[in-house]
Amino acid sequence: MSDFTRRDFLKVTSTAAGGLMVGFPLMSLGVSKPFEANKTTGPEINAWLVIEPDETVLIRVAKAEMGQGVMTSLPMFIADELEADWRKIKVEYADVNRSALRGQLYGSMTTRESSSVSDSRMVMHMAGAEARERLIKAAAETWGVSPDECYADYGRVYQNGSAESLGYGAVAKLASEVSVANVRIKSPEYYSMLGLATPRLDVPAKVDGSAVYGIDVRVPDMVYATVLHNPVLGAGLQSMRFNAIRHMPGVIRALRLGDAVAVVAETFWQARKAADALPVYWKSNEGNKRFDDTIKREFFEEFSGDGEVMMREGNIVRLMDDAERTIESDYYVPYVAQVPLEPLNCTVHVQEERADVWVGHQDPEAVMDVVAQMTGLSPYKVFVHNCFIGGSFGRRSHLDFVIEATRIAMEIGRPVQMIWTREEDMRSGGYRPMSAMRFKAGFDVEKNMTVITNHSVTHSIAYDQDRNASGIDEASVQGLIDHPYDFPAYSFSHTRKNTHLKSWWWRSGGHSINAFAMECFVDELAAAAEQDPMDYRKFLLRDKPDYLRVLDLLERKSQYRKRRASNRTAVGMAMHKSYGTLVGVVTEVTVLADGGMQVDKITAVVDCGNVANPLTAEEQVEGGLLYGLSAALYGKLTVEAGRILEDNLDTYEVLRMDETPEVEIHWELSGGEHWGGLGEPATAVIAPAVCNALHKITGRRIRSLPVRDYYLTIR
Amino acid sequence: MRLNVNDEDVEVDVDPDTPLLWVLRDHLNLTGTKYGCGIGACGACTVLMNGHPIRSCSTTAEASKGYNIQTIEGLSENASHPVQQAWIEGDVPQCGYCQSGMIMTAVALLNEKANPTDEEINDAMTNICRCGTYSRIRAAIRKVAQERAAS
Repeated sequence: MSDFTRRDFLKVTSTAAGGLMVGFPLMSLGVSKPFEANKTTGPEINAWLVIEPDETVLIRVAKAEMGQGVMTSLPMFIADELEADWRKIKVEYADVNRSALRGQLYGSMTTRESSSVSDSRMVMHMAGAEARERLIKAAAETWGVSPDECYADYGRVYQNGSAESLGYGAVAKLASEVSVANVRIKSPEYYSMLGLATPRLDVPAKVDGSAVYGIDVRVPDMVYATVLHNPVLGAGLQSMRFNAIRHMPGVIRALRLGDAVAVVAETFWQARKAADALPVYWKSNEGNKRFDDTIKREFFEEFSGDGEVMMREGNIVRLMDDAERTIESDYYVPYVAQVPLEPLNCTVHVQEERADVWVGHQDPEAVMDVVAQMTGLSPYKVFVHNCFIGGSFGRRSHLDFVIEATRIAMEIGRPVQMIWTREEDMRSGGYRPMSAMRFKAGFDVEKNMTVITNHSVTHSIAYDQDRNASGIDEASVQGLIDHPYDFPAYSFSHTRKNTHLKSWWWRSGGHSINAFAMECFVDELAAAAEQDPMDYRKFLLRDKPDYLRVLDLLERKSQYRKRRASNRTAVGMAMHKSYGTLVGVVTEVTVLADGGMQVDKITAVVDCGNVANPLTAEEQVEGGLLYGLSAALYGKLTVEAGRILEDNLDTYEVLRMDETPEVEIHWELSGGEHWGGLGEPATAVIAPAVCNALHKITGRRIRSLPVRDYYLTIR
Repeated sequence: MRLNVNDEDVEVDVDPDTPLLWVLRDHLNLTGTKYGCGIGACGACTVLMNGHPIRSCSTTAEASKGYNIQTIEGLSENASHPVQQAWIEGDVPQCGYCQSGMIMTAVALLNEKANPTDEEINDAMTNICRCGTYSRIRAAIRKVAQERAAS
């Protein structure tokens, strides 16, 4: 590797079509415990990075790694400005307490809404550029020359026209002491890392079992807990009989936690066995003992009212009356669960002077605050050790499981690792909201659409959190009120409709609900206008060149016009913009003779403006599509007498390898200053594309999810 | 109770009905093997028993006696196993939680079938990945098979 030069590096990475990083020495600097501060001997150049005498560059990441690749993409911004040698990069999480003590030194450490890159990139650029200028100045001072005569490249500072150079490690100490002014970030044409497919720094630890997730934390003297919740949420606990389990091996305590019971034991299995054996008497809440058919009907009954009008243009009533023809369609999505593969867990140790929390969480600052509040400790005495996250998809931004673990730890006085069983994870979720939607449109005699109305009825996440919340929950209507189509006259209204179930964020939030209904109905509009869905969208978007570019490329790459081999196979399309990123999708779908269906292929075109790491970007789009596909095909929680029936992965089906279609991703990047999100936008757009394709084959509209309700099998 | 894990005989003090998963994780501190569902549906807990993939959440300690149990930690030094290397080169993991189970399942598959067909890969790889890394897993398995065939 000694002759591995920068040029070779560029050649290898820029020709790599995802993962051809031959000879890339990844193993040495892998990270298993991102929360553990590295022992450093070198100076901190600024809050974001330390340079060690051996040239290692330690970069701090202030967002949570849950699979989306931030632990790699964010350091790329710093390394690029720093002109660092990427092989010397090491990462760790930024310190939550330090950030709190120093007025949010690391900015918001919340990871949400696909915003990690767009939120932090300017700060990352500046941190890298500032450090680079310091290193140049320090080297220049060492040589007794002007910084203007020096430049930085690949981990060293050079003098113009001279072979003289100094490694960053050699000048780091001085660099930490000098001052620099008027630091400028690079112009994009000089980027050396950004835009290059770069393997993830967290991969090595994730192939040898060494990556530490919350559930893997081991603390001396730790005990385990598991929790039972009333399967009818919100009904409460009557009593339990601890005496029945107190003599079971390892059992320590059983605790009442409001609506729940915690069983504490020496090992998790002992806790779980005891919890299974514990006689628990739940309170009954007749009002909550409801069935999803009833709940669904109540959502639809709201259509008899007008809802709260959010936006309106034109004389809707008159236009509807004057229409030659009107069409009306109702859409519906059930509650669905996030099902991160790592069940929810949290490890807490509360002591007199401090509390420690080991957890995989999207919002470590909120964890710190809530534990401080509960324990009465100063937030500065609450130490959150954020672990690798074994999937979140929104679920691990909720504090419910952190609060429970903290309550148990406060009672027990020893470090406690609380693990929800998969069954509790499924039954006590914060689910993607249920929603019903009614669309209506009018057409004139020439089949031109003249007016469209929409009334959405959706469970509000904000109202679950705060019963005093008023107004329309923006998350309920995202993707509707900001739709891009040029409708001549329209009205969009909304009704909030909560139930006893608990809703929460789900990858792509309200977009996945609203894009399903909207994009299916746009296909219905096209049919009523007797136009092809692709052509019709282009007509509605005729003044939006960014959209048209994506649709043109999508049409070409998906071979949209090509006649498919059989009349049992067809393509369907959808497009949706969310989190600053437009995704257009064409799916090729086959209806099988035996009453089943399969998705053969997905072609996606993405415009997120710019891409930091094309490798992880592609992974996010593919993963996002498949996550959405899983929910579109299977996602459904059945409410029976108030409880959720699907309590594990045998009854709650998810996508597996044999059902995974070929996925092809293309980029139509509009560039400029725009950096859209990538974790979620693809998730929102897949369901309507599948349903629109199925309609082309069968002539039947699918207006509710999941697709599994309409087909016997899914291949 | 005496078990053989990663070529070592180990003594553990557990109830015989304790699932192997929890013996590995909570008694032997081999936390690379993961809990996902507890009913053998997701495959995150997959380990090898005499070379065959089993769901350790649904296999008791008692039933593991007398077999050679291999976990992700015992697969290689420094992730040097060809399947781990293919996973690294293919940038396979995202959140990574399912990948120990995926890798162990793939190792068993490739030991049994040098060059598995797509259908054989589907039949063997029934593990769940919520991040959607399936196509990269498939590509990594194919790569190992091809490299073996070439050498």
